[in-house]
Amino acid sequence: MSPLRIKQDHNRFREIVRGKIKQNLRKYVQKGEMLGKKGKDVITIPVPSIEIPHFQFGSRSRGGVGQGPGEPGDSLGQEEQQGEGAGKAGEGEGQHTLEVDLSLDELAEILGEELALPRIENRGKKNLTTPKVKYSGVHTTGPESLRHFKRTYKQALKRSIANGTYNPQSPLVVPTREDKRYRTWRLDPQPQSAAVVIYMMDVSGSMGDEQKEIVRIESFWIDTWLRANYKGLETRYIIHDAVAREVDRETFFHTRESGGTMISSAYKLCNEIMSADYNVSSWNIYPFHFSDGDNWSADDTHACVKLLREQIVPKANQFAYGQVESPYGSGQFIKDLREAFGKTETVALSEIANKDAIYQSIKDFLGKGV
Amino acid sequence: MASAETARLLPPHLADLRKEIEGYARGYGLDFFETVFEVVGFDEMNMVAAYGGFPNRYPHWRWGMDYEQLSKGYEYGLSKIYELVINNNPSYAYLLEANMDVDQKLVMAHVFGHVDFFKNNFSFAHTNRKMIDEMANHATRVRRIIDRIGIEPVETFIDRALSLENLIDQHRPHFRNISEREKSDERAAEEKRGIEVRGLKNDREYMNQFINPQAFLDEQRKKLEGERAKSKKFPEKPERDVLLFLLENAPLEQWEADVLSVIREEAYYFAPQGQTKIMNEGWASYWHSKIMTEKALRDSEIIDYADHHSGTMATRPGSLNPYKLGIELWRHIEERWNKGQFGKEWDECDDFRARRAWDKKLGAGRQKIFEVRKHCNDITFIDEFLSPEFAIQQKLFVYNFNEKGARWEIMTREFQAVKNKLLQQLTNFGQPMIEVVDGNFDNRGELLLAHRHDGVDLRPDYAQDTLANLAAMWRRPVALETKGEGKKLLLRFDGKEHSEKKVE
Repeated sequence: MSPLRIKQDHNRFREIVRGKIKQNLRKYVQKGEMLGKKGKDVITIPVPSIEIPHFQFGSRSRGGVGQGPGEPGDSLGQEEQQGEGAGKAGEGEGQHTLEVDLSLDELAEILGEELALPRIENRGKKNLTTPKVKYSGVHTTGPESLRHFKRTYKQALKRSIANGTYNPQSPLVVPTREDKRYRTWRLDPQPQSAAVVIYMMDVSGSMGDEQKEIVRIESFWIDTWLRANYKGLETRYIIHDAVAREVDRETFFHTRESGGTMISSAYKLCNEIMSADYNVSSWNIYPFHFSDGDNWSADDTHACVKLLREQIVPKANQFAYGQVESPYGSGQFIKDLREAFGKTETVALSEIANKDAIYQSIKDFLGKGV
Repeated sequence: MASAETARLLPPHLADLRKEIEGYARGYGLDFFETVFEVVGFDEMNMVAAYGGFPNRYPHWRWGMDYEQLSKGYEYGLSKIYELVINNNPSYAYLLEANMDVDQKLVMAHVFGHVDFFKNNFSFAHTNRKMIDEMANHATRVRRIIDRIGIEPVETFIDRALSLENLIDQHRPHFRNISEREKSDERAAEEKRGIEVRGLKNDREYMNQFINPQAFLDEQRKKLEGERAKSKKFPEKPERDVLLFLLENAPLEQWEADVLSVIREEAYYFAPQGQTKIMNEGWASYWHSKIMTEKALRDSEIIDYADHHSGTMATRPGSLNPYKLGIELWRHIEERWNKGQFGKEWDECDDFRARRAWDKKLGAGRQKIFEVRKHCNDITFIDEFLSPEFAIQQKLFVYNFNEKGARWEIMTREFQAVKNKLLQQLTNFGQPMIEVVDGNFDNRGELLLAHRHDGVDLRPDYAQDTLANLAAMWRRPVALETKGEGKKLLLRFDGKEHSEKKVE
């Protein structure tokens, strides 16, 4: 029985559920769920299913025979709903259900299917397929140099205890050939592209807590996802208000500041970093910038556009700007950028209205084939 | 398969248990195929279960769907498959590696019950006992087709075929091959008789050759033959085996016919299991309970056994547990025949106390249940043996959807109502009765099916989609005669659009 076979069928099913293939079956996908318990919490585990249509009885007119106590007229409660539950609120009071919709593995997989670094190119010498040796198991044969001493000893000990030759007084254990265990390995080919992502975040006073949070969540997810999917990816972080400075990852996600806003300061720094460390011919470069779009002055915006047009955008594979909606700011910056770069393919602009819009915005930036 | 080989698959202590349980089972008179037990981990168990118990099936996404459900259920501790057994000779059964010994014993006893049932119940007589090999052959056939045609078209075709898979003749006790089609008796007789041409009325013998000359008679004969051919229905009698009808008459590609015949054969193989669910599960439960409580249980295992047994027997308000209903009905039959509670005298006695105390000490119960397990299916089982006493004892009721209160409610506990409802649910084994009535509908080569409406409407959206699937195979418009809310309807799909019209 090969596990591979069911995996193939399973993948095929997952792809249908996600709408990747066979759109004609989409309408039969039902969002079923199981109720489970995790500690004290009741959790719902979604189990999508696809029902193939048959000539079959409509359920409501059906009824049936049941077994148990109760008088005629008594309700059967919420059971036996046969998929009619849609739109009806459940009766179970005081039970809070959490949804464990997806395992992180699944999430990464799905993100992986929908997202990708756009226009990544083969650049740099790091772009090699390096077979990586991974010691992944233990085998009964192998070269002596890879003998697993502990496992071999255990095996020999087991055998000698089992056949009664083990003497605790003189605990001498001699491994035979059958006892020997060896490490085995696997070769993982890992294609690598050299890429750097430069994050810039506006931490000025006009950004409220909520705006900062949205920006952090979004950049956090982009960062997490990119790190998981592109090995050897380099990342740089810049925060700015009226002045910009480079920080480490920790600071980037946790700092609180306030002050005026000079976006050009960040772009200047970004450009400096790019020129200093990342040669265009050998690096894929992805600057991301998040702000509330409230720049200090039109002059500064002008400087920004100039910097972008002459320096950053030509060098970068894609320049991404995400603007979070803010009650204070004018939100003018994205309009200016749109005017300047609206037709430039390598500039991705996205407005993030609220937390729910984050996913869509990530897709704007990293959606395949954008 | 030889016992020696079986033993090889099982670790020694399980092999010992198996020997013990098998001994008890044979001691009680159970008669089963050689049974091969395999010990598997939970993932493998889920995998095999997703494939319906067979290690090798044709590729299709729905196994993956079942696998996901089983895996998630197991992962979150909601469900666990205890046993899995295949109707085959030798029979194959799977034991879950991580189970306690008491569970393994219970499962083994349960499995022997099932295998005895597979071997002896009449519904299974026609099933292929080398189905494991057959399924593997099917898998290979479908894989080859996929290699040739491509996954997309083949999978789409399988989806369509599966949409029609319940359109087989559920009541037919054996599987028909395409060539074995029998002609209806009347027609065969008529054909033999030939056509008699009477000619014009004539009382004068000598005038015959002038009034009815040979040329005229020949012409008449031709006319009559033409008329008969026109009136010849196609199919002659309504055909319940819609899949067979398609195989014989639809303009299918060779590979499509091949795939469809695979689906049909598997549907026939699985049909008896649907037709004997209550009996079969009840029978296996009856025997695991008997074997465990009378022979195999150790003192230390009682609690775990009781826990697991009662878990299997648990009932919920809105659904019927076939294990529970089955085991209780078997016990009920055994008790009645032990006490002689049957026959004319019993039926005519309406003294409640006398009936209650009735005990002729016949002791014929065991013999009776072995007989019943041979000759019944769920319908006859319920029809014959579900008694008013049993319905009360088991607290059976009919429930229905109360539109006003928008909830499911208990309607009645009245015996006839319960029994009727139960039988109705089992009629045609829970499937609507649908047959091909005309393969040349309206003389336009369209296909007309009829739904023999028994009071329950079809689910309309699915009926439309199924019609569309049918049309894709028939390659001409298809129609279904049914009823909706009391009115006769003709649903039609012409390849592009659905239509629905009321008919008289």
